[in-house]
Amino acid sequence: MDGDDSSKDLRTQSFSGVGLACRRGGRLVFTGLDFSISPGGALVLRGPNGSGKTTLLRVMAGLTHFTAGHLAWDSVPVEDPDSHAARLRFVTHLDAVKPALTVTENLAFWTALWRGKEASIAAAMAAFDLTRLAEFPARLLSAGQRHRLALARLLVAPAPLWLLDEPGNALDTASRDALARAIADHRASGGMVVVASHEAAFVENGDTLDVGLFTPKIASHWSDDELSGAAE
Amino acid sequence: MSVFTSILARDLRLAIRQSADSLTVVAFFAIATVLFPFGVGPEANVLARIAGGVVWVTALLAALLSLDRLFTVDFEDGTLDQLVLSGEPLSFIVLGKVVAHWLTTGVPLIIMSPILAVTLHLPAEGYLPLMLALLLGTPTVSLVGAVGAALVLGTRRGGVLLSLLVLPLYIPVLIFGTAAVEAALTGVSATPMLSVLGGFAVLALTLCPWATAAALRQAVE
Repeated sequence: MDGDDSSKDLRTQSFSGVGLACRRGGRLVFTGLDFSISPGGALVLRGPNGSGKTTLLRVMAGLTHFTAGHLAWDSVPVEDPDSHAARLRFVTHLDAVKPALTVTENLAFWTALWRGKEASIAAAMAAFDLTRLAEFPARLLSAGQRHRLALARLLVAPAPLWLLDEPGNALDTASRDALARAIADHRASGGMVVVASHEAAFVENGDTLDVGLFTPKIASHWSDDELSGAAE
Repeated sequence: MSVFTSILARDLRLAIRQSADSLTVVAFFAIATVLFPFGVGPEANVLARIAGGVVWVTALLAALLSLDRLFTVDFEDGTLDQLVLSGEPLSFIVLGKVVAHWLTTGVPLIIMSPILAVTLHLPAEGYLPLMLALLLGTPTVSLVGAVGAALVLGTRRGGVLLSLLVLPLYIPVLIFGTAAVEAALTGVSATPMLSVLGGFAVLALTLCPWATAAALRQAVE
């Protein structure tokens, strides 16, 4: 598939966290959390709303500081947020799409910023069925199409680690399949994926793709009052 | 440096597509300035005395109006998260955004200023110092304003808070900006005042992008 040529130069390294704890607004979101992802591996974060999946993804991305534990990339502690950020792509519930720019211009901006290849833009659009929308201003896109545009960013410049927060939201079946294919291709070339999803259907879909290799012991670590204060 | 140019190009393109935002700022500048002859009265000598100060104060307020939106849109649509995660130095990204802001609001204000100075009966020898002072002072306005805009991200009523935070910091620029015009009108050289404004701009250029980047990291935490 289209991701292939850009994914070949992925360096296959491992990513892990030990004893992670995070406190937001004075309340404990999670504590004693361990995870480890090997090259080609995937991690599905499951849990009810507010269980801290998004917070954990933001911790993994280096956006949110954790209060205890440590993150390691290929057994080396993650210290510099910028060099860690360069190794990952994070698709959040916000699409980061500029309504005034066309679909191509939106992708071209991120491609330039991440030093990707111009040629990968067309391939990324094809992968998420955006080619016929290429010259449309993004303000005309539906929620699902905007989300596909956000997902297409994964393919414009290779990065070893993908962090996906509820990537199935607003997607139709064909787009879910496209996402599943992109994830499979990424993993086949040694990339790592972390997916947060409370949606059983998408996770089942993930199982057939062999996404759910590992379920972190998130929920089991919490008492009820900790859960009530946990930020989504 | 490619980061800087990518951000600058994107923000300029967005500003051109959404040119109403920049035009609002210029229109505010024009209307606020034109109110003064009505309020103070039409005597040419009174207006000439206050012309430099009026243009400067309204320019600062107009700039403030646009600074409110400098990071808010990127913050709300998730772009800021992605920019922080770009792996590139965030202060370069900030600099790109600030330069784009200056080109789309500071420069139009400078171009408008002589036209508005006419309505305030500014004597002919004041025009060049006024434009030069704005040229050297508005970059500082954008740079310092960016720090404030980053600090108030995510707060309710951020715009009001931004004014309280940033307007006091504009006082030195205002003093030397109006002094440059004053000097020219009294036949003294405006160069020392302009040099001080240039010095402010250099100081702001070295410190503000870095401080803004730190505030943005805090905002996306």
